[in-house]
Amino acid sequence: MTAATILHQPVPLESSRSVATNEPALVRWLLIALALTFLTLFLFIPLVSVFYEALKKGGDVYLKALQEPDAWSAIQLTLITAAIAVPANLIFGVAAAWAIAKFEFRGKSVLITLIDLPFAVSPVISGLIYVLLFGAQGWFGPWLQAHDIKLIFAVPGIVLATIFVTFPFVARELIPLMQAQGAEEEEAAVALGASGWQTLWRVTLPNVKWGLVYGVILCNARAMGEFGAVSVVSGHIRGMTNTMPLHVEILYNEYNFAAAFAVASILALLALVTLAAKSLVEWRFGHDQKTSIQEHAA
Amino acid sequence: MAAARQFLLTRHTVLPGFGLALGFTLFYLCLIVLIPLSATFLKSFAMGWPAFWDAVTTPRVLAALRLTFGASLIAALANAVFGLLVAWVLVRYRFFGKRLIDALVDLPFALPTAVAGIALTTLYAQNGLIGRWLDPWGIKVAFTPLGIVVALTFIGLPFVVRTVQPVLEDIEAELEEAAACLGANRLQIFFRIILPAIGPALLTGFALAFARAIGEYGSVVFIAGNLPMVSEIAPLLIITKLEQYDYAGAIAIAVVMLVISFLLLLSINLLQWWSGRRTRPVK
Amino acid sequence: MSIEVSSISKNFGSFTALDNISLEFPSGELVALLGPSGCGKTTLLRIIAGLEQADSGRVLFHGEDASQRHVRERQVGFVFQHYALFRHMSVFENIAFGLRVKPRKERPSEAEIQRKVHDLLNLVQLDWLHDRYPAQLSGGQRQRIALARALAVEPQVLLLDEPFGALDAKVRKDLRRWLRRLHDELHVTSIFVTHDQEEALEVADRVVLMNHGRIEQIGKPGEVYDHPASPFVYGFLGSVNLFHGRVTGDHLQVDEHMLALDQHTLSPDTQAVAYARPHEVDVVRPEPGATGIPVTIRRILAFGGTVRLELERVGSESTENAGTPIEAEIGRDRLRELGLVEGEQVLIQPRSARVFPVNANESHQVEKAAA
Repeated sequence: MTAATILHQPVPLESSRSVATNEPALVRWLLIALALTFLTLFLFIPLVSVFYEALKKGGDVYLKALQEPDAWSAIQLTLITAAIAVPANLIFGVAAAWAIAKFEFRGKSVLITLIDLPFAVSPVISGLIYVLLFGAQGWFGPWLQAHDIKLIFAVPGIVLATIFVTFPFVARELIPLMQAQGAEEEEAAVALGASGWQTLWRVTLPNVKWGLVYGVILCNARAMGEFGAVSVVSGHIRGMTNTMPLHVEILYNEYNFAAAFAVASILALLALVTLAAKSLVEWRFGHDQKTSIQEHAA
Repeated sequence: MAAARQFLLTRHTVLPGFGLALGFTLFYLCLIVLIPLSATFLKSFAMGWPAFWDAVTTPRVLAALRLTFGASLIAALANAVFGLLVAWVLVRYRFFGKRLIDALVDLPFALPTAVAGIALTTLYAQNGLIGRWLDPWGIKVAFTPLGIVVALTFIGLPFVVRTVQPVLEDIEAELEEAAACLGANRLQIFFRIILPAIGPALLTGFALAFARAIGEYGSVVFIAGNLPMVSEIAPLLIITKLEQYDYAGAIAIAVVMLVISFLLLLSINLLQWWSGRRTRPVK
Repeated sequence: MSIEVSSISKNFGSFTALDNISLEFPSGELVALLGPSGCGKTTLLRIIAGLEQADSGRVLFHGEDASQRHVRERQVGFVFQHYALFRHMSVFENIAFGLRVKPRKERPSEAEIQRKVHDLLNLVQLDWLHDRYPAQLSGGQRQRIALARALAVEPQVLLLDEPFGALDAKVRKDLRRWLRRLHDELHVTSIFVTHDQEEALEVADRVVLMNHGRIEQIGKPGEVYDHPASPFVYGFLGSVNLFHGRVTGDHLQVDEHMLALDQHTLSPDTQAVAYARPHEVDVVRPEPGATGIPVTIRRILAFGGTVRLELERVGSESTENAGTPIEAEIGRDRLRELGLVEGEQVLIQPRSARVFPVNANESHQVEKAAA
């Protein structure tokens, strides 16, 4: 294509379709209204209500609830859990994606299915399996008790359960991305004398940086918000083995609604930040993809 | 080690790190996934079939399973219909705030389930913001099975939208133009041309929403009411049994749910593989 | 059914796709809309079909204003460049589609549909493919099925948008011939869009040349080729050699040499450009008494039925003529007769040269037509 022909392509003014393949305006607006009603009922109102309920009794009640020591230790525990789970799963994700995307080996599809497993397992069951392993009646129960190590009903158990529930996120983002990019650049690097680590650090990771960020964002959101699995392994001990979601539950069950929603509002804010970061990454990623396509076509 | 690598790799490559990467991956998976899951299954085998069967078929367990699967099915169906509607409107039309709404569709993914749970409960309770409009009509949502369906619909909302959206975006305008030239009206075009094209994606989204709903706990347990035999979901029953030290009971229910979830996961993967084969682009 | 478009204009933002186009398509004719990418031919076709709306102007079917009619009511058969076959339906179902979506009262019975579809499949000689799916067909087969599908609803007019653009060269040639024969059999008013001048000249009853949203010339293929109305048409329909100079009576003064011109109506002293096709350029040796423009033979390409000579002008100082290559096409016998060698200096005399004034087209570089 020469520059001349590109300039002469008719520029479509609207991205909306021509009259020939669109519904009549009345139908369009009806469908839009229906969709928006559904979304309002099931999405917007619940979201807004979190903040409404949190601030209903006034700003100071809100702040006091957050400064409460039990709430504060719940926040800390949530952060610690995420701080352990996310990097661990990040390393796993990169390792798994490296193995799956750059090599052909037997049993690859079984491996990929295994990685998807946590999505198919109920959060409660995700917690249960660890209780069955490390709990008092579990396989390792007696051994752990003998050595006075507490996993279940203690922080390590919470971290473990969180890792289980969130480990696919980074891997699932990286695998298709790295598969699409192929192994040619890495092979070129090796041919030029780079070691495995150098290749990974200088060639592979920069290529997948947006997918990595995306996966980490999702992993983190889920790690901080996990409820069911943590609920099973935690023991619900206030001030010690309560994460933020569990603390919300305790407050709510005590009819301390304002405090419950106050803590919940922080989690909701986290969710909104996650969505914003997600959109940003999608925009940058799409932008990078488009410019690389243009470069290749020129 | 080298022999193992030789055996596994089916294509020669000069890239290093296969052993390390695969080794670490397998180690991690064993530790986090395989060993705990096998512990569960092995313990259920240790129970013996009669005990297992008894644990699973008590009326309370059956009621919980029926409720879980029934409510999940209804919620997934609702999501299939409305998710398709939302995807359609987002892909085809332009209106104010569309991009914001598009981003917010992912909220159920990002929002912690407990937050969703208390928000929905407070909203749909009898004196809640929405509940108070429904109460005069005799519709009670909170603390009833209907509330469970509402919560599960919230949870599954993004699945159908996100699986259908890309397929809808990819449908070539020419197909609809060709059908229009041949005399078809919009309804005919939708049912004969568009729906078959997005069918597999719709089905996949439905299955994903269903699978998610079956296991859901956090968003349901607040709004459910949790009355045994009436509004008690299976995951809650597992927890209750655990708290009562009825491990056998808890394991039995868990295994049933695990088996069904794995079957669902398998069918979803098969569906995606099959649809990928059928709809190779016509070039 | 005859078609007429009257004063059609269409803009996309600030880009003018069609500028006040008026055309008539008599009933039963096969007309080609020919022009480079972006000239508006596809836009015009889609406006006739009802897939686009013109900003102003009317589309008339058999004298009646059809501009407000929805595409599904216009009874047009449209064939797309990329076939647009319904990939989840078999070949049979694709062709039957138009019959199945008819309103209840007009819908033919199942037996009728079977008969019609098989008749059409036989018409395009692909009955044996009726239960295959589009993904299993070759490009040429897909396009024939697309045509059969369009014909199934007995359209009043057949519109084809670069129908062979996505096919290999050989398949393209075969289908060209096949389309012409089909048209001779069916006599449906047909309009097809193409940027391939060979295709248009070979297949069409009449050719409409378009450029930048305007009509450059309309006529039978022979007419437009032999009597092009503008430099654009001349250049688009085939290779061309350019000679810049000044008109003196019935000659053009090209630097120091004189070039005989075809009949023209330009006044003396006009700055003009003469156009000559390669096969109309005679080559002679530079003997005393011989006239012509001196050139050096750069390359002799002697494969194929004729011999192509790539020539370079000698000694022209004028900036417009300098550097522009000349191509001549002579017979193999003539080559042997003259005993030409690469590097030799010869004279060329165009047998026929059409002249246009310098401002006849915007750019002096006329594109060579796509082969």
